[in-house]
Amino acid sequence: MLETAFFYLFALLTLGGGVLMITRRSAVHSAIWLIVSLMGVAGLYLLQQAEFLFAVQIILYVGGIMVLFLFVIMLVNLDQAAKERQFVKPWWVALAVLLAIGGEFAYILRTNTGAFRFAVPVEQPPPAGGNTEILADVLFSQYLLPFEIASLLLLVAVVGSVIMARKRA
Amino acid sequence: METVLQHPLFIPILMTLIIIGVFPLLAGYLVLVERKVLADFQVRLGPMRVGPHGFLQPIADALKLFLKEDILPSEADRAIFWMAPVISTFTALSAFAVIPFAPSLYVADVNVGLLVISATSAVGILGIILGGWASNSHYPLLGGLRSAAQLVSYEVALSLALISGVMMAGTLSMVGIVEAQRSRGVWFAFDNFGLMLVPFTVYVISAIAETNRAPFDLPEAESELVAGFHTEYSGFRWALYFLAEYANIFVVSSVAITLFWGGWLRPFPNVGFLEVPLNYVFPALLMLGSGAGSFLLLKNLKSSTQKAVLAAIAVVLITTGLLFLIPAVNQALIGLFWFFLKVAVMVYALIWFRGTFPRFRYDQLMNIGWKYMIPIGMGAILVNAVVGIALANPKF
Amino acid sequence: MMSSVPLSWYLILSAILFGLGIAGFLFRKNLITVFMSIELMLNAVNLSFVAFSYHLKQVDGHIFTFFVMVVAAAEAAVGLAIILTVFKNRSTLEVDEVDSMKL
Repeated sequence: MLETAFFYLFALLTLGGGVLMITRRSAVHSAIWLIVSLMGVAGLYLLQQAEFLFAVQIILYVGGIMVLFLFVIMLVNLDQAAKERQFVKPWWVALAVLLAIGGEFAYILRTNTGAFRFAVPVEQPPPAGGNTEILADVLFSQYLLPFEIASLLLLVAVVGSVIMARKRA
Repeated sequence: METVLQHPLFIPILMTLIIIGVFPLLAGYLVLVERKVLADFQVRLGPMRVGPHGFLQPIADALKLFLKEDILPSEADRAIFWMAPVISTFTALSAFAVIPFAPSLYVADVNVGLLVISATSAVGILGIILGGWASNSHYPLLGGLRSAAQLVSYEVALSLALISGVMMAGTLSMVGIVEAQRSRGVWFAFDNFGLMLVPFTVYVISAIAETNRAPFDLPEAESELVAGFHTEYSGFRWALYFLAEYANIFVVSSVAITLFWGGWLRPFPNVGFLEVPLNYVFPALLMLGSGAGSFLLLKNLKSSTQKAVLAAIAVVLITTGLLFLIPAVNQALIGLFWFFLKVAVMVYALIWFRGTFPRFRYDQLMNIGWKYMIPIGMGAILVNAVVGIALANPKF
Repeated sequence: MMSSVPLSWYLILSAILFGLGIAGFLFRKNLITVFMSIELMLNAVNLSFVAFSYHLKQVDGHIFTFFVMVVAAAEAAVGLAIILTVFKNRSTLEVDEVDSMKL
């Protein structure tokens, strides 16, 4: 019961934040509503016992990426842009694409509802140590190579953004 | 009544109420201590008028802030201007939820406790930059941008320093970290042949930058930016920022104490014969000594009401000191005593830094963060990992 | 204790969130808002990863979400650097007007 209530609350935050994000004029307001939406997603993670991802979602998305977004929004002056037309010119193309994708989703979700009924897993006691430890074990054994590749990707991103942001001589 | 006391949510709710109710007062007294200590460094007296030796100054300040006019800049973004200080205060106070003050005195012991504290401080950045932006004025915007860059940079070094400690404990739960130190019989700061002092140093330096304090107080450098991101704030909203700042100071000190200095544990937690001198004699002597000192100060005061207030303080101190000699009370309070004593030492050190070091330039600040703190933090992780494994397996 | 919230709710929520992301991506004119819509889509995908992971009692979904977050962080750093460079060169962030390959 409580879980359902929390689900509705976080779903409301997520979707409401998303809708307001794509409709606000001011880029800063958009960013704030996106933050609300991300917080809602974090809450949904917590609801599904992914407490490590909950913390990472807030630290990385809200504390890192969104702060970076706000930083850039404040660096570039968008006051003029906020007064102008907010949507792209060929809006009917966009609408058609959106309807096509929405229809596809609806169709797949409707026809394949049977596929989502999993056998109820055997009730097993949760492994000792909690979510973070299990995650670490799997990450550093089974997924070691992807992990290393991800760290290489981050290195490339760091070097790339430094070079791009550097003043041209 | 029994059922209420036994309810699993009783202590968490009680702790929450105490934290929300008492912390503003505690923050006020932190300010008084800071002003007094800084005054002492500069051979001044500091606040002296309100109460004996300025003891009631925080209450007067709070009253003043409540009664001040609440100014809203005409071009400001109202909603965000209103919301930003609330974000700051809310996140700063919610970090208290996972800090263990004593063996069973905490709101929640979650298994990602340390990450929750990181997360709250990460969200707290938003309060600062949004406040700076919403004021729609140049100095606050610059201050907000500066602090965003500073906080994001130093968060990396801070996390690297925390990782060393977490590695020693093998858990992210704050209670679990203290328990790990008890079972190892040594505070983590002195573990690994004292190598853990390196991440602790990195942590303290980054924590000062994270809390925007001197010598890294560039976001609110008075001589350059008026008051930084909160230039346009006044009255109660400004008080909220102030409260958040001092709550953050308290939180970073508590995390340092919990992770590196044993939380509520006494020194040498596993040495039995030190139980009596450290847990009974020391706190009693400290309290009785302070009480006696207050009595000595009585004769310098001229006003009789001030004398009465100081005498009351002295009596309270002496009574507390005597309470520590009763075994049952001692058992209940000693964890709290050690925790707050250590946090007080840490806060004193932070004030000391503020009184000693000149402010860094912005490029120097970034250099220290990226070129020294982050590499040293990473190196500390490597070295501590190797030494920790070598200590755990003597044959290795 | 079996969850009282069925998996399909999470999937529908995720689909709607993804749709919102697409809508923002296609309709908005401001480059930064377009970029934020991408983050919204990534989150929708993460949400269904975690939902599946929870219902199958495996942590692989969490690992995937973790990697998606890492990629999102790298993407944000590079993408925002590109946006800054575009703004420096053209002093506009309208997707309609950033339409030539060279300056």
